[in-house]
Amino acid sequence: MNHLLSLILFTPLVGAAVLMFVNKRSENAIRWIANLFAMAGFLVSLPLWFYYDDKNPSWQFVEQAAWIPSIGADYHLGVDGFAVLLLLLTTMMGAIAILSSWTAITERVKEFYIFLLILQTGMIGAFVSLDFLLFFLFWEVMLVPMYFLIGIWGSDRRLYSAIKFFLYTLTGSVVMLLGILALYFNYTDPQTGLHTFDIVQFQQHGFDTSLQWWVFLAFFLGFAIKVPMFPFHTWLPDAHTDAPTAGSVILAAVLLKMGTYGFIRFSLPILPDATRAFVPMIATLSIIGIVYGALVAMAQRDWKRLVAYSSVSHMALVMLGMFALNPVGIKGSIIQQINHGISTGALFLLVGVVYERRHTREISEYGGLSKVMPVYAAIFCVMMLSSIGLPALNGFIGEFLILQGIFTVSKIWAAFAATGIVLGAAYMLWLYQRTMFGKIENPKNEHLPDLNFREVMTFVPLIILAVWIGIYPTPFLNRLNTSVDRVIARVSPQYLQQNASGTPADCGQKPAASKWQVAPCGPDQAASPATAPAGTVPADQPTKVEPKNIPAGGTAPSHEPGKAMPPATAAAAPAKPVGGR
Amino acid sequence: MDLIWLIPLLPGLGAAVNGIFGIRYFSKRTAGVLACTTMAIALGLSLTAFVQLLGLSPEARVHDVVLFDWFPRTALEMAGGRIGSLHIPWAFRLDPLSSMMILIVTGIGFLIHVYSIGYMHDEPRGGVARYFSYLNLFCFFMLTLVLGANYLVMFVGWEGVGLCSYLLIGYWYEKKSAADAGKKAFIFNRVGDWGFLLGVFLIYFTFGSFDFREVANAAATLPVETAQFGTLSLITLLLFVGATGKSAQIPLYVWLPDAMEGPTPVSALIHAATMVTAGVYMVGRNAVLFTHAPMTMEIVAIVGVLTAVMAASIGLVQTDIKRVLAYSTVSQLGYMFVAMGVGAFAAGAFHLMTHAFFKALLFLCSGAVIHGMAGEQNMLKMGGLRKHLPITFWTMMIGTFAIAGMPPLSGFFSKDEILYKAFLSNKAIWGLAAFAALMTAFYMYRLMSLTFFGPYRGAAWETAGDGHGGGHGDDAGHGGHAAWHGPHEAPKSMTFALVVLAVGAVLAGLVGIPAALGGGNAIEHFLAPSFEASHGALTAGGTGHAGTGVGTEAGATTYSGAATHTEPATAPGAAAFVPAEGGAEISKAFELGLMAFSVLLGIIGIAVAYRFYVRSPEIAARLEQRLSGPHRVLTNKYYVDELYDATVITGTMASANGLWTFDRHVVDGAVNGSGWMTIFSSWFSGIIDKYLVDGLVNLVGSVLQESSFVFRRLQTGLIQNYALLMLFGVFAFVSIYLLLVRSL
Repeated sequence: MNHLLSLILFTPLVGAAVLMFVNKRSENAIRWIANLFAMAGFLVSLPLWFYYDDKNPSWQFVEQAAWIPSIGADYHLGVDGFAVLLLLLTTMMGAIAILSSWTAITERVKEFYIFLLILQTGMIGAFVSLDFLLFFLFWEVMLVPMYFLIGIWGSDRRLYSAIKFFLYTLTGSVVMLLGILALYFNYTDPQTGLHTFDIVQFQQHGFDTSLQWWVFLAFFLGFAIKVPMFPFHTWLPDAHTDAPTAGSVILAAVLLKMGTYGFIRFSLPILPDATRAFVPMIATLSIIGIVYGALVAMAQRDWKRLVAYSSVSHMALVMLGMFALNPVGIKGSIIQQINHGISTGALFLLVGVVYERRHTREISEYGGLSKVMPVYAAIFCVMMLSSIGLPALNGFIGEFLILQGIFTVSKIWAAFAATGIVLGAAYMLWLYQRTMFGKIENPKNEHLPDLNFREVMTFVPLIILAVWIGIYPTPFLNRLNTSVDRVIARVSPQYLQQNASGTPADCGQKPAASKWQVAPCGPDQAASPATAPAGTVPADQPTKVEPKNIPAGGTAPSHEPGKAMPPATAAAAPAKPVGGR
Repeated sequence: MDLIWLIPLLPGLGAAVNGIFGIRYFSKRTAGVLACTTMAIALGLSLTAFVQLLGLSPEARVHDVVLFDWFPRTALEMAGGRIGSLHIPWAFRLDPLSSMMILIVTGIGFLIHVYSIGYMHDEPRGGVARYFSYLNLFCFFMLTLVLGANYLVMFVGWEGVGLCSYLLIGYWYEKKSAADAGKKAFIFNRVGDWGFLLGVFLIYFTFGSFDFREVANAAATLPVETAQFGTLSLITLLLFVGATGKSAQIPLYVWLPDAMEGPTPVSALIHAATMVTAGVYMVGRNAVLFTHAPMTMEIVAIVGVLTAVMAASIGLVQTDIKRVLAYSTVSQLGYMFVAMGVGAFAAGAFHLMTHAFFKALLFLCSGAVIHGMAGEQNMLKMGGLRKHLPITFWTMMIGTFAIAGMPPLSGFFSKDEILYKAFLSNKAIWGLAAFAALMTAFYMYRLMSLTFFGPYRGAAWETAGDGHGGGHGDDAGHGGHAAWHGPHEAPKSMTFALVVLAVGAVLAGLVGIPAALGGGNAIEHFLAPSFEASHGALTAGGTGHAGTGVGTEAGATTYSGAATHTEPATAPGAAAFVPAEGGAEISKAFELGLMAFSVLLGIIGIAVAYRFYVRSPEIAARLEQRLSGPHRVLTNKYYVDELYDATVITGTMASANGLWTFDRHVVDGAVNGSGWMTIFSSWFSGIIDKYLVDGLVNLVGSVLQESSFVFRRLQTGLIQNYALLMLFGVFAFVSIYLLLVRSL
């Protein structure tokens, strides 16, 4: 199990390498190989679901090896709850996207699958990297295959969209790189005395507030473009509209999550003071995004563009939940990312199905499809309901947690954000009516074949997941516990102080005590298992968290939560928005 | 009782089986029988559970079944900075109120399933399975709604019934009006859900729990908010917003009349007997919260009575048989909210039950008429159907008298109870409600007259080939009829349901005979525990009544007051309670007087309608002409739909299009603009590069080149040239030397 993450990471890449040696004329062989590797990629990632220990607060499946020792960059992989869920989403959606392309792609088949598989490795790498430079490498690796996917296999204005996507994202990532370097040069590893790119250490270090502000802004640009947040969203509808189906699916289901993952992995835990200070700004942009995205979606005549704008709206909700900075909001935010991957991914697949048959995305070209494609209509219905958050389907779980989470921060924000559920229903139902209901008026639609077996199989796992998460989300939510705790310990330490009567101050007293107590421990201490059941507080633990002012370059390994909370609550309280109280 | 979770699950399974396999493989009969069987078993389970519940002592009549965690525990801040724990299990609760509701849903649901077998007989095979799948799914969600033990499980049902309503209204999805109506229903419901959800968030924020009983117990310890509009008032108001959406009250009622686009059994089950009463049920479920928020109670009562009057007045002039019934439903729901608003929760729930019987009956009868008329819904094209549809006629007559409040039919007891409680609370509300009762009797008998009495005005059936279908063609299934042989009585599966429901409409009132008539008002006593905070023992770990002080006292007395004709909205504290109790004693004779008055109103309404539409129809026509202005307003439903069109819908679409333009030109314009700026500046620097920077470089180069052109000539490589040059050089130097020296 020691190299599980590397195995997951490189399986798609090996697939791409194998494809290079296949004759490009034997297209079916290429398809089989690509599908096999994608499926294998999913299967090797499954053990993460079963072997991830949701009680263990430290990084798991850690791999570490020197990469560029001279600058302190390591090949350092590891996952927590966020990464596990997003990683599984990635491998699953990757396999589905590849399966869905069987008949859709007929030109340059070989290159297409090679790019998809490289993209897969890039995305997985970004989720498992614990080294900032490595993360940045994978982050940039993702851009190139996506650029070609849109630019070569896209439709209409594919070059414009591809270049826009590439340049826009690149702009963000360059600024983000500056932020990374700022952190790099302002921190030295206490053990080696050298600069380092180690994310684990960054997450435990309290950077200067002013530095945090600048780095937060730099990260914000990089991540907000990727999410995409209003007003940085306009590359998304273009990229989605012109990308081939598989590209849209991957883009919606996984690539957008890079932005939100960046926020939760880097901005929140590394820059907690700045995070708290920027909550009003992010919340405002998010609320604008929710309403704006929904309204603009309503005005669309292009099926894919409509779904793309609904993505803007949903991702804004994800951001809002995250910046509620409480466990409920953050959990909702993560689970909503998964949900969005499932439902929006499925919606793009659905558009792809009819696009492949009719080669148009104009909504007005369709109508009455449920007559000729009943199975399609039924699946579309389920996914539409998942997207608009019908209770007992997955979308509701995320929406509810996010809105409840943000409600405790500000009732007004929640009231505005909740209008999204009305508008969301409006544009989705209208889309459904325009495409599925009514009489078939366009003779071209009269003999459309319904879904075939392969197409149905691309939807089955998504439907199962939608129902599973909707009815029994506990396995998903529980896997997030420790990771959420780690973030909460940094951004909202009051949850620890009030809830756990005694919070162990360092990792020496290892057993994870109360559910809300967290010990952000380094990987070197991950060996000792956390065994104590949640909810019990061992009596011998200190009863108070004391911010210990150990200097950053000090000798003690920086594993105290106390230190993890920079001049802790006093600074935190005023910065927290008080709209709700 | 431990099996109550099976009650919703059985129809759910039926829906799944019919939906996944039935549409492809089942015959019409198999699909129908499967759906009916699940409902029959659910009905049996409900009856068993009900009997078991009756076997318990009144205080112990609560039974919880918790299946598993839905939302696991997660810390979340509450009001005042306390950290609570958000935790929602899949929990079902059987108590008097929910037991009554499951009996209504499974009982009437079962009958309507049976009726549907006959009614949908002419639909294509897959369509029937789809229909039964939706109908079963509806029952699943409706039962979840009423059995849910916390707000979120209730919300599952709450939204789910909205979904099924959407699917069933749009069952004939090829028809645009049906698809539009379905969408409208869902979106209007969603507007209400917006309020409901915010209310639920605030409930957690205030009480730290989603469980009905825990919240009620905690709320009972809070003071009654008579003076200021506090948290409880806000919570209840938000919840009531949800109720106005689901139960079609002002201002969100407009979807319900349009919902008549669906098949008639659907209208009977969803849009009359069960789903639309969910809002009433929800308010009743939160009785403790509402009694602590008198201001919201007032709003509820006012909205209820205004809806009752407005909808009844629209119902006076409609000509579509189902639309009359739809407005009647809106109006009757308004009645129930009046009951809730004046604190007569039991009376409201009682009316909910009786209404479920007689309104389902009326709808099914109208369905039988429409069936017999091959899809005709316009009453002006009916008439004289008494002879052709005798069973339908008589059962519908029972329904009409029941809704008009004629003793001893069920509507009399429940409506009278509400009027009585309203009278005690607020005379104006009572007056309006009584006026609505008068109109109800009128428009219902008008419906009967136009449909069953007088001469036949419809299409002739000898030439039915081109005539049938009429203008509406709603129940498109009848397109399948090869030929229409004139109005005919419905098949047995349909009349069976009519007769059973008619019996119910007659007898259902017997459980609520008021004390003034020598009855025990059994239902009020039975339901009372559901409207109170529990006293300790029932909920382990609940807040109970530990909190003391004015709040507790006021709360507790208010509930017992409600059970003995006290009006909490005007009896905020213990002080106001005692005189009201005394008043109730005095008014026994008065109560009988009120009863007689409301019966009189009903008789007047019926008599006037009889005169206008049976005896001398020309009066109605003349009246219509003379009052053409008001008549037009009523026919056009007060132009509320047009108002919504002109404001909300146009506004939303305009802002959507406006923002879309903004997005393309401004937001994306900025992006493209910066792209163009980059291209321009690169072009510009290209120019600079080419002509200035490169120009300089080239200048140096070309200068050198040009100059080298001269010098190159010199370097020819030929010895003779060099010798010649040397010679020139020597010559030059000698010349210079000579010239200079000589000149010095």
